[in-house]
Amino acid sequence: MKQTLPDKNGHFGIFGGRYAAETLMPALIELEKAYEAARQDKNFQKEFAWYQREYAGRATPLYYARRMTESLHGAKIYLKREDLNHTGSHKINNTLGQALLAREMGKKKVIAETGAGQHGVATATVAALFGMECKIFMGEEDIRRQAPNVFRMKILGAEVVPVKSGTATLKDAMNEAMRYWVGSVRDTFYIIGTTAGPHPYPRMVRDFQSVIGRETKKQIMKMEGRNPDVMIACVGGGSNAMGTFYPFRDEKNVAMYGVEAAGLGMNTSEHSASINGGKVGVLHGNKTYLLQDAFGQVRDAYSIAAGLDYPGVGPEHAYFHATKKVKYVTVTDKEAVAAFSFLSRKEGIIPALESAHAVAYAMKMAPKMAKNKIIVVCLSGRGDKDAQTIIETGAL
Amino acid sequence: MKRIEEKFAALRAKKEKALIVYLTAGDPSLDMTKKLIFGLEKAGVDILEIGVPFSDPTADGPVIQAASQRALKAGTTLAGVLKMVSDVRKVSEIPIVLFGYFNPIFAYGVKKFALDARKAGVDGVLVVDLPYEEAGELRIYTDASQIDFISLIAPTTDKERLSKIAASAAGFLYYISITGITGTATPKIDNIKTEVGKIRKITKLPIAVGFGISKPQQAKEIARFADGVVIGSAVVRLIDENKNNRDLVEIISGYVSEIKQAL
Repeated sequence: MKQTLPDKNGHFGIFGGRYAAETLMPALIELEKAYEAARQDKNFQKEFAWYQREYAGRATPLYYARRMTESLHGAKIYLKREDLNHTGSHKINNTLGQALLAREMGKKKVIAETGAGQHGVATATVAALFGMECKIFMGEEDIRRQAPNVFRMKILGAEVVPVKSGTATLKDAMNEAMRYWVGSVRDTFYIIGTTAGPHPYPRMVRDFQSVIGRETKKQIMKMEGRNPDVMIACVGGGSNAMGTFYPFRDEKNVAMYGVEAAGLGMNTSEHSASINGGKVGVLHGNKTYLLQDAFGQVRDAYSIAAGLDYPGVGPEHAYFHATKKVKYVTVTDKEAVAAFSFLSRKEGIIPALESAHAVAYAMKMAPKMAKNKIIVVCLSGRGDKDAQTIIETGAL
Repeated sequence: MKRIEEKFAALRAKKEKALIVYLTAGDPSLDMTKKLIFGLEKAGVDILEIGVPFSDPTADGPVIQAASQRALKAGTTLAGVLKMVSDVRKVSEIPIVLFGYFNPIFAYGVKKFALDARKAGVDGVLVVDLPYEEAGELRIYTDASQIDFISLIAPTTDKERLSKIAASAAGFLYYISITGITGTATPKIDNIKTEVGKIRKITKLPIAVGFGISKPQQAKEIARFADGVVIGSAVVRLIDENKNNRDLVEIISGYVSEIKQAL
């Protein structure tokens, strides 16, 4: 029988694990048990599927981007429209799952970290839906550049806690959420937004997000009668990419590309490409690739896309990189902004700046591929939140 | 050889309790940390916990977070901390525990760390984000180097976990007196007494209590049933407040000797 990962302590090869403070360990073990029970509980899965369908609006379309395809003169491009989910990104797939689990575990308070604010909004949304008290930790810099999402969280009744430490972005928000959790662990459920953190989060978030890849598989089979040749998704922590890739992990002839943010360029220190520009280390409960200095101090990440602005990456991505299952590539701020404008004008779809990294890589690949080849891009979120950032670049 | 074990044995013989003090190495400078260590030893401190600064100290409150940032800005590295410890060792036998997070040790190389730490005269390591389940990758080297791997017990740790942790523990057990990060809440003495009693039943190792202790009276009450108390954030705050004072060492020494006398 094929071994499934992670192993019982949450390791994917040398990556992953549970590098957490003792105060949190009992809660992590309790969560692991509760998740294992929910995973095998038909009623839980049925209810989860019901909320995904009736509340989030799944299945999301797999859309053939005709004008984009024609103007690139190459492979056929399909967009997996996660931007059409309720709240505007794939994040709701995971927060619905975790909120249902919190309810099963009798926890009435939830906390979350957020970068772009998409996970914060998705968490505030499910907290409202299930009547839970909600605190969102967000870096001050991100509060500034993602203001519309801050308002949405407040409208939904969440408290947004500004985080001033470090570069006041996603890493610092996660530090602060973990610190708060150490003090509130008895009655509070921490909804981590990506496939990172201590075990069981990477596995649990992967499972909740895998609906993206499962739907894609059915949809492309119906439309094209075969698997895509190439799949592309952006990678910060990596939850939309993991959700897209995981159901295809054992398929032959599907080349998968995870796109990291190269920021101002890989020859500068201003990027967020943990796999392409980092080394193995331990942060936020797991062993993975990290941006760090020679002394093991974590470096500040940078990307124009707040949701990619994180110095680590989910441990299963680290494992997929080590085993060459997925190829990890990079796209700069400039290329992402160009792709943002391109998709908006060609298809009338404004992508999140995070997703625009994946679109940009498709724009590089498609012209080099034959017209009968197929690319699927995970369009993980919508770009309304990025209007201010785009105006500041002068791209308009 | 086993300085921690010997220290607790000597204290027990004198019917005294251990005062353990935490300092963030390199705040305000490694040179000052060394001077503070000598001052603390004279003031009656029994064991030192030397914090190795880390960029993302997720189990620490604002006081130690800020100290870690200052120490890193001052250029503090693990190699520098080990050098400082070896300087201290030339003239002092005070037991020293390195306290910190795993990534700086991992980046240094776990095997090299265990060898160099032993050479420098480090007696124990306490790695906050290396729980029982993950400790093996460091312990295979530190155990071989006869460096005590100090384990934490939290208020949330259940009985089954406690037995597992205690079975492989070394040096002393560190009971976290609050459900929270360092220096952010006031411990409830009665609860701690009950929990320390439970730990006492399954281990012969000394039990120290820390996270949130700042006053002589608290230390005194806890020392009635524990073998030692740890003072961290309170000292780190006092160092920061007086870092430009010529009498810094005397001020810190005065504070800790007051606590030592209360024990």
